[in-house]
Amino acid sequence: MTAQRTEAGARGGPPLALINARLLDPASDTDQIGGIVISEGRIAEIGPQLARAGAAAGIEAIDCAQACLAPGLVDMRVQLREPGEEHKETFATASAAAAAGGVTTMVALPNTKPVVDDAALVESIARRARETSRVRIFTYAAVTRGMAGSEMTEFGLLAAAGALGFTDGLHPVASSQVMRRALMYASTFDKVIIQHPEDPTLGGNGGMNAGEIATRLGLPSIPPLAEVMQVERDLRLAQMTNGRLHIPHVSTGAAINAIRRAKARGGKVTCDTAPHYFALNEIAVGDYRTFAKVSPPLRSEIDRRAVIDGLKDGTIDCIASDHAPQDQEAKRLPFAQAAAGMIGLETLLCISLDLVHNKHLSLLEMLRKMTIAPAAILGLPYGKLAKNAPADVMLFDPERAWKIQEKDFRSKSKNSPFDGRPVEGRVLRTWIAGRPAFALVS
Amino acid sequence: MTSPASAASFRFRHRHLLGIEGLSPDEISLILDIADNYVEQNRAAEKKSSLLRGRTVINLFFENSTRTRTSFELAAKRLGGDVINMSTDVSSVKKGETLIDTAMTLNAMLPDVLIVRHPDSGAVKLLSEKVNCAVINGGDGTHEHPTQALLDAVAIRRHKKRLQGLTVAICGDILHSRVARSNIHLLVAMGARVRVIGPPTLMPSGIDRLGVEVFHDMKAGLVDCDIVMMLRLQLERMQGAFVPSTREYFHFYGLTREKLALAKPDALVMHPGPMNRGVEIDSEVADDISRSLIREQVEMGVAVRMACLDVLTRRHLSNTPEAAQ
Repeated sequence: MTAQRTEAGARGGPPLALINARLLDPASDTDQIGGIVISEGRIAEIGPQLARAGAAAGIEAIDCAQACLAPGLVDMRVQLREPGEEHKETFATASAAAAAGGVTTMVALPNTKPVVDDAALVESIARRARETSRVRIFTYAAVTRGMAGSEMTEFGLLAAAGALGFTDGLHPVASSQVMRRALMYASTFDKVIIQHPEDPTLGGNGGMNAGEIATRLGLPSIPPLAEVMQVERDLRLAQMTNGRLHIPHVSTGAAINAIRRAKARGGKVTCDTAPHYFALNEIAVGDYRTFAKVSPPLRSEIDRRAVIDGLKDGTIDCIASDHAPQDQEAKRLPFAQAAAGMIGLETLLCISLDLVHNKHLSLLEMLRKMTIAPAAILGLPYGKLAKNAPADVMLFDPERAWKIQEKDFRSKSKNSPFDGRPVEGRVLRTWIAGRPAFALVS
Repeated sequence: MTSPASAASFRFRHRHLLGIEGLSPDEISLILDIADNYVEQNRAAEKKSSLLRGRTVINLFFENSTRTRTSFELAAKRLGGDVINMSTDVSSVKKGETLIDTAMTLNAMLPDVLIVRHPDSGAVKLLSEKVNCAVINGGDGTHEHPTQALLDAVAIRRHKKRLQGLTVAICGDILHSRVARSNIHLLVAMGARVRVIGPPTLMPSGIDRLGVEVFHDMKAGLVDCDIVMMLRLQLERMQGAFVPSTREYFHFYGLTREKLALAKPDALVMHPGPMNRGVEIDSEVADDISRSLIREQVEMGVAVRMACLDVLTRRHLSNTPEAAQ
């Protein structure tokens, strides 16, 4: 008989105890020393009684030395390039990158080749992800067929196949009528519509934020106004239809203000931002650095600060990596021709920890935006440390200093403007359904 | 050449000439001074010297241009260099080769200077990072066209004896103009007062941060100007997208004798060419030899491009007998 070893904690294996950890669970506002016991892929026991060494007698135990034990991150916005662009990223490479970044669940945009606009594709992605990835991979489906902006996809069948929500990726649904019907129809299935916040005509062929720097560089630009124009329209439509709207990667103070007002009116609206919108501003474009080309574009310093304010007062519910792998062919081009996007799975946590180190958010508040908050919006049972919850957990040291280096990226694409940046906070280990998915070699 | 220039050229610290932004007033003055010397050489019967003898200059143009390419070609030939012209029609760029592949290929042929024009802002900079030779930006997208600004400055300086304190109006499509950006950087650095005049749809956001005054009313903007610099309006931008019509544009932003009368009595008119007569400039003004520097700009273009080749190559030639003298 071949000895296929089943890991402790995983299904079919013996239980595993993680003891003497700083337990951080935003869902229950827990921040205390304790531990968990993982059994059959779930959390079997949790609490301060597992603080001391020897607390879990008779089972394999790992002493966490009071490092932080938190729910694995739920990254609600990634582009995985599979199927269709496997030269940029695959489920396997993205999964390795995610686990190293503490991400245990990720949700992919449907802007693959082909576009995910059919139930069979949702199912095949789920199957392929199970075969090649330890990290849990879900997908959104397109709002309109081929993301062309006109005909609605089969929301009901797509949702039944496992689509967590609907979005046309980086194309906002331009027609107000199509968007209105999509919001109404999606509410039947209690699914969220995720709409890229940029008026497509004002955005035009621009590639960076409008202002002095774009003018100096002579680059076609996108006015910050393009964001709030689109967001305001969609907020009105959401209010009118009572549909659920989620606005991803907000980057301007004006849009955040609009969302803040809509929330005060009681609207069913949520939003997220990505680390680059609070860690960088348009100056990062410098001398035509295409790694700093993202959509929406990096904004002014005033907008960067407004994003931090939005995170602090809770207007911005979530932080997502906005992981967008691009190979050299797509980036080593004149700025206007280069593809937008940066990878983010491996830097999501360490860049976001800046918010904690700079005292903008508490550790629990920051983690909430990457765990239970996105899980709640998408109706996922992950992102919390609780008895019987799936044992998706990560162990991290929020103070560990290191330097982000391109050569260490596990992603197939290396397009990160954070290359060379010194950061504080590092993932030590990751478990998914009780199975080890990552351990830092130090 | 005898010259203070050979010693002086060591004051030029850059390997490439990618833009005016980033050049110091001393470096700009240096090129203008050397260009003045070359104007004399070009007006002599024997026009050729030997600074670039044995050197290879490649004109790499990804955008159609006859005037600028010819001007660079002549400049290199008058300095005794060998010149090769490549344009997009004959290069492999249309076969899907990337800009960087092209750069690597040309670099392997060991040229001494590459002169590059490209429709994308920043493309020349990108290319310059991949080659070992000096690169001159012959115009990139809507970013910069440094030799045009330098030749404009030579022309102005020869007539007005200075740049500092002059009031210069740059009129027209500022948004899409690399000529405007390079001229703004140069003139502001040299202490001129710069005004930009154009409709709001052709004015880039944040342009005032470059140290210029913005006018939408051409008549107000022209008052007391020493120099009126007109820009070319691309045909495809005249028909409804940025301005409603050629007729309306000429009415409000075309330079006529009547509007020119608002500037100083000895104000001079410039245009980088090619002109759209009756769109941005009236023929009567363009052809008035007492006011128009337009033909002289073309002459200065050759001298300035010789000066640019000079400052960029001379330091590499410092071990040759000629430079050692």
